[in-house]
Amino acid sequence: MHAGHPASPLDWLPFLLVVLVTCQYLAAAWLQRLEGHWSLWRCGFFVLGSTLLAIAFWPSLMRWAHADLVGHMTLHLLIGMFAPLAWVLAAPVTLLLKTLPQAGGKWVVALLHSRFIRFLAHPVTALLLNVGGMYVLYLTPLYAASLQNSALHYLIHLHFLLAGYLFCWAILAEPDASPHRLGVRFRLGVLFAAIATHSLLGKLMYGWGFPRGTGHTLEHVQAAAQWMYYGGDLAEVLLAVVLMTCWLRRPVGRREALLGSHPQTG
Amino acid sequence: MTYDVNKSETHDIKRSRWAAVLVGIGAMAALDEIVFHQLLQWHHFFDFSTPAFGILSDGLLHAFELLAVVVGVFLLLDLSQRGRLSISWAKAGFFLGMGGFQLFDGLINHKILRLHQIRYGVDPLMYDLVWNAFAIGFLLIGAWCWRRARALPAR
Repeated sequence: MHAGHPASPLDWLPFLLVVLVTCQYLAAAWLQRLEGHWSLWRCGFFVLGSTLLAIAFWPSLMRWAHADLVGHMTLHLLIGMFAPLAWVLAAPVTLLLKTLPQAGGKWVVALLHSRFIRFLAHPVTALLLNVGGMYVLYLTPLYAASLQNSALHYLIHLHFLLAGYLFCWAILAEPDASPHRLGVRFRLGVLFAAIATHSLLGKLMYGWGFPRGTGHTLEHVQAAAQWMYYGGDLAEVLLAVVLMTCWLRRPVGRREALLGSHPQTG
Repeated sequence: MTYDVNKSETHDIKRSRWAAVLVGIGAMAALDEIVFHQLLQWHHFFDFSTPAFGILSDGLLHAFELLAVVVGVFLLLDLSQRGRLSISWAKAGFFLGMGGFQLFDGLINHKILRLHQIRYGVDPLMYDLVWNAFAIGFLLIGAWCWRRARALPAR
């Protein structure tokens, strides 16, 4: 085991932030339910995502994952794939738009359609940030550096969450307000690229013993790489199933047009 | 779009077939992963004699297999909801997909790209022959289903 960082009250910050955000979502959802309608399913999905995050951000679990690569991969899956998927299904942007007063809503809509967000929320950008970030983290000394520096460690986990959320949002597009209108085929293509590059990374890590400089045995690194490979499969297949389920829920007559082979923005 | 000569008004034969081919490919890949990688542990996750190109192509193939089964199943569900699913053509597609993937796996993946062998520590020749014989068996079942689907009026 590595010499972990001494426990500090700051370790609770990510956990408390998740609780705070969840309370805000539920309060806004409650207001919507009083005035009109807000699906309980969406509330359930948000709570599910938050629960996964709360587990992942529990300080003693984080300390274990900090010292153990297999644990790190488990947290990575929770923070970067499963929790964001549940959160996107909870449609927080739509809820925000409904809850804010008109001026604030207009500002959020303008922000959503700003060049910067449109660029960030494009599936290809999200793919690069998500899987590209993983290549940088595991194939360079960055991961080993994050074991020594707790600020870097938290920053990396924040990146997992944001990039994972961005990716799920960009691929699914539909359950929440999104600045893009891309065909299902195009988004499946990006998901294909994500699975291919993700499993390639798993093999590279297994075959060449990445990340290096962690003090783990090669067998342990290989176990973590394999766990990342299969865990990633599970998460990505789940994302594909959700995407296709959203498609199948659309009216029969609209499905063919939604498939669309060419990306159209607007 | 051009359809077969015995295209029916109600069934989308082409898509029934292709969606089922995707499901067949995905099903065979899943079977391979579960039986040969996990249960028997004959196949290896990583074979150090694999050339770099093999590792790259394996990533692409793996992504294709995973999406094939999901997309195939949803396309079949869509066809069935619209009453345009031709079950007999879907059967033909399914078996051709299974056999085609098995043969591809047996010839290209195992022999040309050398991703991994069927079993280690033994002479793989017999295993390869049986593997590919199974592939041809599935393809024959597919061909038989195809002939039957053609013979049927509109099903």
